[in-house]
Amino acid sequence: MGRKLLTEHINVEGINTFEVYRKHGGYRSVEKALKTMTPDEVVEEVKKSGLRGRGGAGFPTGMKWSFLAKPEGVPRYLVCNADESEPGTFKDRQLMSKLPHLLIEGMITSSYALGANTSYIYIRGELLYVLRILEKAIAEAYAAGFLGKNILGSGYDLDLHVHPGGGAYICGEETALLESLEGKRGNPRNKPPFPAVQGLYARPTVVNNVESIAAVPVIVNEGGDEYAKIGVGRSTGTKLISACGHLNKPGIYEIELGLPVEEFIYSDEYCGGIWKGRELKAVVAGGSSVPILPKELILKTAAGEKRLMTYESLSDGGFVTGTMLGSGGFIAMDETTCIVRNTWNFSRFYHHESCGQCSPCREGTGWMEKVLHRLEHGHGHMEDIDLLVSVAKQIEGNTICPLGEAAAWPVAAAVRHFRHEFEWHVTHAKEAAQPGAVYRANAVLV
Amino acid sequence: MAKITFDGVEVEVPDGTTILNAARQIGGSIVPPAMCYYTPLKGSGGKCRACLVRVAAGSAKDPRPMPKLVASCVTPVQDGMVVENTTSEQVLNVRKGIVEMLLINHPLDCPVCDQAGECDLQNFAFEHGVSTTRYQEERRTFEKIDIGPLIQLHMTRCILCYRCVYTANQITDNRVHGVLGRGDAAEIGTYIENIIDNDFSGNVIDVCPVGALTDKTFRFKSRVWFTKPVNAHRDCPKCSGNVVLWYKGKDVLRTTARKDQYGEVKEWICNECRFEKKETSDWTIEGPAHIDRSSVISANHYELPVLNQSVVADLPESTQRDLEKNPPLKLGN
Repeated sequence: MGRKLLTEHINVEGINTFEVYRKHGGYRSVEKALKTMTPDEVVEEVKKSGLRGRGGAGFPTGMKWSFLAKPEGVPRYLVCNADESEPGTFKDRQLMSKLPHLLIEGMITSSYALGANTSYIYIRGELLYVLRILEKAIAEAYAAGFLGKNILGSGYDLDLHVHPGGGAYICGEETALLESLEGKRGNPRNKPPFPAVQGLYARPTVVNNVESIAAVPVIVNEGGDEYAKIGVGRSTGTKLISACGHLNKPGIYEIELGLPVEEFIYSDEYCGGIWKGRELKAVVAGGSSVPILPKELILKTAAGEKRLMTYESLSDGGFVTGTMLGSGGFIAMDETTCIVRNTWNFSRFYHHESCGQCSPCREGTGWMEKVLHRLEHGHGHMEDIDLLVSVAKQIEGNTICPLGEAAAWPVAAAVRHFRHEFEWHVTHAKEAAQPGAVYRANAVLV
Repeated sequence: MAKITFDGVEVEVPDGTTILNAARQIGGSIVPPAMCYYTPLKGSGGKCRACLVRVAAGSAKDPRPMPKLVASCVTPVQDGMVVENTTSEQVLNVRKGIVEMLLINHPLDCPVCDQAGECDLQNFAFEHGVSTTRYQEERRTFEKIDIGPLIQLHMTRCILCYRCVYTANQITDNRVHGVLGRGDAAEIGTYIENIIDNDFSGNVIDVCPVGALTDKTFRFKSRVWFTKPVNAHRDCPKCSGNVVLWYKGKDVLRTTARKDQYGEVKEWICNECRFEKKETSDWTIEGPAHIDRSSVISANHYELPVLNQSVVADLPESTQRDLEKNPPLKLGN
């Protein structure tokens, strides 16, 4: 049984209230940081912990914090990115609705470390009920003296605000989030300048994922070195994985990084295997934007080693035979899943969510969706398969923000690993166009 | 000051200059194309991705190449930067892809479009694109909208460069003009028809790189290459009054602002000059206007095109030697 650092008390009755949370050791990190540590010491602890951004990119959080520009007399901001909208990822929603005080505690400690006196939680607009929970929790924290002026007599002031988005996936991109927070249209900004230099209201800003911030209290309480002992290599600590798809026990699991993928899928402690006794076909390991992998490659790397739930092991083999840990949206697909239809579905999402600012993404996402729609509905040609790869390549790396890549990777990977299914959709167009039709390896041999 | 090497040519520019503007200091055919960047408009650029270049060395301090191609119009130079544009195969291929992307939802109705002949997208596609398309799906279309009494918006042709949005925001006082919708359903709009009503609204026509915003007093009057551009000025209480009149015979068909060689307006003009003063007697004529851009307009009228004109004073030695061996073809004189 792995250790639970974030979700240890998640099922305690009334943990969403201040008293119960405090009774279970809550807000200890705020006391420890504000009374015994300097901000730089907190940053140092986070650096030592090796915590990596839990939002998807996996950039070391301590490093990100140390990049923050600190000009004299200029306010700095900490913004928590709670705009979780990636298909397959639903960990932050649960964390915030069950343990709102954990996030608030993390926000206070992190803001102290960064020297921010105003901080924001930018929450996805659809999660209005979570916003209410957070607002209530913030009011409790104010009443208890953990927010506001002169927190715990330390002379440190902090105001915390929750701000709902309008329901756009693109506002999960950090610069689009900042634009939206400023009240503008959520278009990603050109970089440089990076948010660490010119972020919210053109001030130095750090944007962190909910789970990264929620891990800070644990790191401060237990010490960065202690935290770094969990995990493998440069993937330290625990990670929330939201598992969904054709599993016996889908749900949110806190795992120690380094858990073998096979154990995660098949052991009874976690997902408990594939439902209805079926065979696993493919896995999208980190939310819809990371490359899909077939069963053989998700359980073992191309070199034949066991694939682990770590940043390094999952990306072993680059994009040819690997994928990414991403935001931890683990989607398992059994043998009855049509990969072409699934790819079309992902592609439709990115087409709908592209902001339309830069041309490769605006036009390319729509193009890919239309071609995939054609293939899925039995009107495809063999050239379309290479066309998809080519369009994905034209988008990848040439856009303002990573949404372009997020749209291109799943398509390119699906063609890379499941080209035979795409070809079957062309050669058996009529059959493939039937609702629920799925390519079966033995059906082709006949 | 920062010294950068652009396609093998060294140039020194003030700190904070963008790569594109550094390239424009060199001039000639190595300047990356720009469809959305517009020097007079703050915040423009970075959207069309036509000007992507490869940074082979980030700076003198950190000479690693940048991992992705960068938009030269918004990326500031660093001392010791080495940039590749026309010398990089990768850049040229990506640019072909960008042309393709910009054209898939463009109606390609150049034969009936008023912008044809002075259209940035036409030039861009002609110079950098391929001659076929792989797109067989339906193109997105919109109804034509009158966004003001004198301006028509034909959104189908728009490439969403945002130039008109910045113009409307920055040179007029009321913001009534923006982008609605998202993704490839995004559109320039005012939400309410005929809402644009201010003295400088006509400038959005000049900044439009395609035929999406057109002058209703000029629509379907003439192809631009049949008209003769003439510099003229008048004493205008609202603007500088420096304009270009486009004549066909004795008639002034339209009036535009004066633009530099990159198609950028030098001085904004008011609607009175643009839409109302259409008599020669209203103006003091200065002489034929010089249209710098590679355009059919200049090809047919006042001068022959000057090919391979050397504009660079300090070429690297190898290039200099090469030029001496193969002198550029010069027409004209």
